[in-house]
Amino acid sequence: MSEAAIYETLTEVFRDVFMREVELRPELTAKDVTGWDSFKQIEIIVALEERYGIKFHTRELDSLHNVADLARVLSGKIPA
Amino acid sequence: MTSLYWLPGMEDWRARLHALPSEPERAWAAAVALANTRLDFIRTNALDETLRRCLGAAAPAGLATRPVRLALLGAGTLAHLHAGIRVGGLRRGIHIATHEGDYGQYWQDIADVGSALHDYAPDTVLLSLDGHHLAAGLNAAMTEGDADAALRDVTARIRDCWRMLRAAFGCQIIHQMPLPVHPAVLGNNEHRLAGSRQAFLARLCVELRLMADADGVDLLALDSRAAIDGVKAWHDPGLWHRAKQEVSPAASPMYGELVARLIAARQGRSYKCLVLDLDNTLWGGVVGDDGLDGLVLGQGSALGEAFAGFQDYARELSRRGVILAVCSKNDEANAMEPFERHPEMVLRSADIACFVANWSDKAANIRTIARDLNIGLDALVFVDDNPFERALVRQELPMVAVPEIADDPAGFARTLADAGYFEALRITDDDRARGAQYQGNRQREALKASGTDLPSYLRGLDMRLAWRRFDAIGLQRIVQLINKTNQFNLTTRRYTDQDVLAVMRDDRAFGLQLRLLDRFGDNGIIAVLIGRMDDDCGLLIDTWLMSCRVLGRQVEPASLNLIAEQARQLGASRLIGDYEPTTKNGMVADHYEKLGFTPVRVDSTGASRSTLDLGGFVPAETFIEVREGQFR
Repeated sequence: MSEAAIYETLTEVFRDVFMREVELRPELTAKDVTGWDSFKQIEIIVALEERYGIKFHTRELDSLHNVADLARVLSGKIPA
Repeated sequence: MTSLYWLPGMEDWRARLHALPSEPERAWAAAVALANTRLDFIRTNALDETLRRCLGAAAPAGLATRPVRLALLGAGTLAHLHAGIRVGGLRRGIHIATHEGDYGQYWQDIADVGSALHDYAPDTVLLSLDGHHLAAGLNAAMTEGDADAALRDVTARIRDCWRMLRAAFGCQIIHQMPLPVHPAVLGNNEHRLAGSRQAFLARLCVELRLMADADGVDLLALDSRAAIDGVKAWHDPGLWHRAKQEVSPAASPMYGELVARLIAARQGRSYKCLVLDLDNTLWGGVVGDDGLDGLVLGQGSALGEAFAGFQDYARELSRRGVILAVCSKNDEANAMEPFERHPEMVLRSADIACFVANWSDKAANIRTIARDLNIGLDALVFVDDNPFERALVRQELPMVAVPEIADDPAGFARTLADAGYFEALRITDDDRARGAQYQGNRQREALKASGTDLPSYLRGLDMRLAWRRFDAIGLQRIVQLINKTNQFNLTTRRYTDQDVLAVMRDDRAFGLQLRLLDRFGDNGIIAVLIGRMDDDCGLLIDTWLMSCRVLGRQVEPASLNLIAEQARQLGASRLIGDYEPTTKNGMVADHYEKLGFTPVRVDSTGASRSTLDLGGFVPAETFIEVREGQFR
């Protein structure tokens, strides 16, 4: 999957989870987005897992600090 | 699998959510409809949040159901379960307000009369004690005596909770059974290891069932669900470590659905009656066309056994108090025959409290069933293999539950069970006698005209009729239909390949094959028409037959329009239609009259001839787009 497609996917999932448009930039972090707490973080992850039938590694989840990290981990899991 | 797979999907779901009315009562009604679609956890959360923005925490005025104040108490994280529970209630028109105790403080919340829980004064408490918490005192090195003592401790603590809650609030208590979250340390015979946490929870579940019966507590049997769905569908160890969620957010809609079933059952709002279609739902084949001998049912084929298996499940439901009814498009005599005479039928006519078989639309007939049985439409579940009928009933009678059932009868019983329509908390002698009682009381009124808005439904079906002259590609299917169709068949003339080929070569005749498509897909070739010119400018309709599946969808007038057009091209000035009665085609006895033909002859057997003057013929308007060839 291209980087653009990954960001498109993430934008959809964020829209679903936050019920509004969230403009995703690589450097965006949880503290920049109102309501992005640890529960929303889990919702985002589980939504991606359900959508693609994938599973995130506990270590991968611990390494997520911003949107760029999420996009990087996700792109490693979805076939091109 | 924890998805709500028996609920129908909705394509414009998100648009409808955004368009939720702001006025509370209308918002509630619209949200109930959205809740009755196949929601995943994201949609469940979105619906819950949107409705709460609109209503606040209060129930809208004028609900027919009793609003519920539910407290969730537990030792782990429960915050992600509220939305699923509230939407589960919404699905049944029940407003559920929720409160959650402080994290891990359930014991203090219950025992301390000054706690927020006591201020909240719930009428329903859900005690959700997770498996890790309950088995915390166990380890594999323990003696049997210590494990037994641990079990006594845990059960005593739970019973104390129940009794304190009951004393303080007089409330419904729902106790969530723990999920089997622990991996085995011994293996298949795990129960032989006294200190095994997995074995401990299994023992605890046995104890809890006995205690709950004695104390009038309703169980939320996640242990049973885990056995059906697999524990992995319910529990993600990663999320337990990360957030102390015993139940995965992905399973939260099903969790809430299960809780709401228990709440609805307490309010007497479980469904009461299972309404069954017949052809291809209770048996394979179409009884009116295939005859008793042609039905696929019972021993002899896997498919036949699957239908018998579904009948057996329906009979089991009936034995414990669910009322059974039949709603079928058939001549009544044909529909009844298998119940009386087919040796492989599991259900017998005595099992059916209300039997409606005719050619009216099913929404009207389901109204009749509710009236006959004197129960609400919202107590009915309708099972039909035909997506057209399901969609019609959903549109006309949104309060009737209509599960999506997959094509394969092997899955019908599982789907009904997973959908949990008939959730019951106990069983009485009345329940056991109910089927017979309803049948005894039943008064079959003549079917009345109904208020069903069929035209709007038909318009929305996006029907397209593609017609062709007989051709080599269609030959096999044409011959099959000519030789198999018994009910909607005006003359029941059986023809061979050679006969059909002769029609194709005859320039004073036409043969038409009609295919119907709609928004549910392609119904295939559904009608065959053969016309022949006589020597007096008359076009004799030699054969007019149609599949009963498309009855009542305006295919008849659309077919007449086609016949008239073809006849005019051959120089005809009138149409001649014959009806030749058989034991099976009574449904078309007045076919030509309904279409505006004038009877010219009726003989003592009931055979008749009617004519239609083409000079004054105006094609009927229908909701069907008609085209020669095919649709792309």
